[in-house]
Amino acid sequence: MKTKKIINDGANAVDEMLEGVLAAHSTKVFALDHSPRSIIARDGPRPGKVGMVIGGGSGHEPSFLGFVGKGLADAAAIGNVFASPPPDPIIECTKAVNNGAGVLYMYGNYAGDVMNFDMAAEMVAMEDIEVRTVLTTDDVASAPADQRDKRRGVAGNVFVFKAAGAACDKMLPIDECERIARKANERTFTFGVALSPCSLPQTLKPNFTLGEDEMEVGMGIHGEPGISKEKLKPADAITDELMDKILDEMAAPKGDRVAVIVNSLGSTPLMELYIMMRQVKKRLDQAGLVLHLSLVGNYCTSLEMAGASITVMHLDAELQEMIDHPCDCAMFQAG
Amino acid sequence: MSDITSENLISMFAEIAKAMAESKAHLCELDGVIGDADHGIAMDLGFSTVATNLAALDITATDPTMVFNTAAKSFLNAVGASSGPLYATAFMRAGAIVKGKSELSASDFADAFIAMAKGIQDRGKAEIGDKTMIDAWLPAAEAVETAKAQNGSLAEILDKAGKAAEAGAEATKAMVASKGRSARLGDRAIGHIDPGAASAAILIRAMGEGLG
Repeated sequence: MKTKKIINDGANAVDEMLEGVLAAHSTKVFALDHSPRSIIARDGPRPGKVGMVIGGGSGHEPSFLGFVGKGLADAAAIGNVFASPPPDPIIECTKAVNNGAGVLYMYGNYAGDVMNFDMAAEMVAMEDIEVRTVLTTDDVASAPADQRDKRRGVAGNVFVFKAAGAACDKMLPIDECERIARKANERTFTFGVALSPCSLPQTLKPNFTLGEDEMEVGMGIHGEPGISKEKLKPADAITDELMDKILDEMAAPKGDRVAVIVNSLGSTPLMELYIMMRQVKKRLDQAGLVLHLSLVGNYCTSLEMAGASITVMHLDAELQEMIDHPCDCAMFQAG
Repeated sequence: MSDITSENLISMFAEIAKAMAESKAHLCELDGVIGDADHGIAMDLGFSTVATNLAALDITATDPTMVFNTAAKSFLNAVGASSGPLYATAFMRAGAIVKGKSELSASDFADAFIAMAKGIQDRGKAEIGDKTMIDAWLPAAEAVETAKAQNGSLAEILDKAGKAAEAGAEATKAMVASKGRSARLGDRAIGHIDPGAASAAILIRAMGEGLG
């Protein structure tokens, strides 16, 4: 059976979405004329500031282009649905936001993204642009804790990008921006559960199958199989399962502050996210942790997949300052 | 057959594009089991763009290196993903090794083929047994090397490459992935053929048909 989507030709979905984004948010972002899949912040890039380029496949909106703007990323390179952008749009983003202080590449840890961004970094190095790369690896389901560098980047991207973007906006040197980005990533943990599949615009076929009473714990944001299939449980039990693992890995002392994202994978509504948020708050209270900031909604989606993820960032004074720093993006504002 | 001209190489890429279009749904299905179900889309999009861009070249001013380089850039920019850099590197290496030649002998083509496999391995850093396209490409490159040493004809070289690639792809069924997205699956990937290895076998077979 084919899924239903509001599209024209599936092959044009990404470019038509970009046209719509530019129509809606032209005061915040623009696309380069010579590289239409390079989305640049109108306000942000300026002399002496470290440039910040993010990017990845489409289908995760508001990731990644929604986080381009003053105080956050300077540019996003846009790929096909669930596919890394090729080097060219990354290179053009890099040149557009380079102001002599170096450029920070930040994206989720996926083999394709790493190869394309690395190729781009090699090519701009020949033009004397210094690039540093910080991969996000917040998904606790994707590899054991002792293999953190093998984990993939998911909704925790938002906090990690936010912290790094603030560091860049504060005109810190590239060493400092990189250090803060790495610290933000190390202290950010995400765990999710999928309830029903998504379908690509070009195929309109569900990309995996789950029984009607099943959920998949730890599924990736491209439908990569997770850790286990389980019977669907009540919201509190799901939230507990996710929070148990996150709190265990985070090992935060009582009294510390955290920032939380309860993220929809696409079609799970706010009602269900807030039911989860209720239990997240209970668990934080029980652990003696202070909820400093919470985001509830669509932050890193997987087309129309049903399900949700919980992200917790373990703050310290510095990360708190970065998270509170103002930003003004097409799909995200703070401060 | 006689030496391979640029026109022959363009036909070869057209044949690969045709094979990928025919295998699109099958490759997506394979990828749906252990990945994100888009491999067929990427391969079809990539090689149809390659075929279109090659058809637009002025054949009188095109040497084999230019065919390979055009294919590399076209594939990379159409696809991105992980197959983009891997195949772009493969074709650029093939282009580099035949630089200066206006036509390729069977032995030259064998060298180009071996360079492609090496390029994929250098870029992706996968080894035999990692359940990736390398499990099809490396056995195929070894078969090409052996056939070349025995002064095999182009048809023999390509036939051996195709058979080795198909056997290599089939062997990925028994493997646990350690690279790419399916690496996160652990034992759950066992029993499923790797889509990247499957498309590599289709590509290598199509080379034989396109040059045959």
